[in-house]
Amino acid sequence: MIGLDIAFWILAVVGIVAALAVVLLRDIFRAAISMILCFLTVAGIYVTLSADFLAAVQVLIYVGAISVLVILAIMLTREVQRGSPSNKLRIPAFIVVVLFLGAVSFALLNTPWQVSAELPVEPTTAALATRLFGENGYILPVEIAAVLLLAAILGAIVLVREK
Amino acid sequence: MAIFNYYPQTLSPDWPGGYWLHWGVFVVIILVFVMAMIMGFIWFERRGLGRFQVRLGPNRAGPFGLLQPVADAIKVLIKEDIIPAKGDKLVHWLAPVVAFVPALMIFAVVPFHDGALLADLNIGILYVVAVSSVGVVGIFMAGWGSNNKYSLIGAMRAVAQMVSYEIPLALSIIGVVLIAGSLSMNSIVEAQSIPFILLQPLGFIIYFLAACAEINRTPFDLLEAESEIVAGFHIEYSGMKFAMFYLVEYCEVLAISAIITTLFLGGWRGPLLPPFLWFLIKVFGVFFLIFWVRSTIPRLRIDQVMAFAWKCLLPLALINLVITGIEVIALPPALLWTVMFLNLAIVVLLALLWSKFFRLGGGRVEV
Repeated sequence: MIGLDIAFWILAVVGIVAALAVVLLRDIFRAAISMILCFLTVAGIYVTLSADFLAAVQVLIYVGAISVLVILAIMLTREVQRGSPSNKLRIPAFIVVVLFLGAVSFALLNTPWQVSAELPVEPTTAALATRLFGENGYILPVEIAAVLLLAAILGAIVLVREK
Repeated sequence: MAIFNYYPQTLSPDWPGGYWLHWGVFVVIILVFVMAMIMGFIWFERRGLGRFQVRLGPNRAGPFGLLQPVADAIKVLIKEDIIPAKGDKLVHWLAPVVAFVPALMIFAVVPFHDGALLADLNIGILYVVAVSSVGVVGIFMAGWGSNNKYSLIGAMRAVAQMVSYEIPLALSIIGVVLIAGSLSMNSIVEAQSIPFILLQPLGFIIYFLAACAEINRTPFDLLEAESEIVAGFHIEYSGMKFAMFYLVEYCEVLAISAIITTLFLGGWRGPLLPPFLWFLIKVFGVFFLIFWVRSTIPRLRIDQVMAFAWKCLLPLALINLVITGIEVIALPPALLWTVMFLNLAIVVLLALLWSKFFRLGGGRVEV
């Protein structure tokens, strides 16, 4: 399993560097590109965990759809070159971020993480489908999520509709 | 009748023996296949376009102009590489690479023979959809890094088009997956006792049109519309980097041809000839169809392209999905031929309906 360890550390370091770059780079187009790199490393980590379906969906949705929309929004923005100037909310934002970081670190360090002794299921797609749509599965949450997304789409259309 | 059902023996997953050897051999096979086919396609398309447009086409370099792609490659390699002074140099440099890598990665799951593929992923076709959706980022980077308004307009058009056409594209694939019962490309080929184009004619048409739009072939090549925005996203590229974008275009055409062959035309299956040859013949046939469409139909306007995706292809893809679902659950497999003719009738009916009620806005510009 030495290969998996090497892969994990490469992906983890690249992912964290990319995540830092998203926050620290002044040029927001490059920040968006770093965000794509970060999403790709997360997909890579899913692959090392034998979650191939999840990895493909991560690339498809986060890289192929969400990042592309973020970049489109950046392209529609004027004066991008100056970066993202800060405003009066700098100090409140800093306090919120520190509190959030503290809460997340506390939760992470105090959770007894369990490693499953079972071998990963192959192929994953059938097992996932059974859990989501089969008996005693999560069909209700899936449907609720679908209705929620539909409501969001309708809301967006209503907001931008010409009077 | 054994001769008409030429079943080759399945290759083992680590053919020709050993994990690393398998990788090395298949990486070489894929690179040689892609490069050779791209050179062939470029020559064929330029000569063929000449015939379609009642002119000769390139015929000076070598017999029948066969060496024209080589001459083009040498010319483009020794050209000066120009980077815009106010452009983002890193992004400008990375863009062709980001566009090229996903196009090449698709071939990792394309089966050339029973079991002859780099990685028989059990999420094969989903991998293809996911990887090919990354390519648009390269076009974005080219449009942004060039610091040119026409490049930017080209890139903006690309995103609108690609995001829209990805939906009917994925929905039409689901029909095939429902019948085959697997996402793996090799299993999909194995499930095709008759090619799925006969069972999924509507799915084939939707996939073909959406894929042409996705790779920006001519009826949909708005992001490089010469008459409007010069050359679109690669206007500021020259030399080797321009060659990379040119390669990406043909690499994507080859990938789409290979995927259509695998999903709808039965992949490597066929009588008499060896599987690899069948695969090549089918890929070339699909390429010829794409090229024929390109040389026949003029470019659409942006509003027509968007309306076509949302008002025509998306409803048809949803109808196709529902019909396929009902057929897979309700109809017994013995009624294969009935289903075939039923689906053909549905296609004719829907095509007539949509051509009657669906208009692309005539001369008006609808936004």
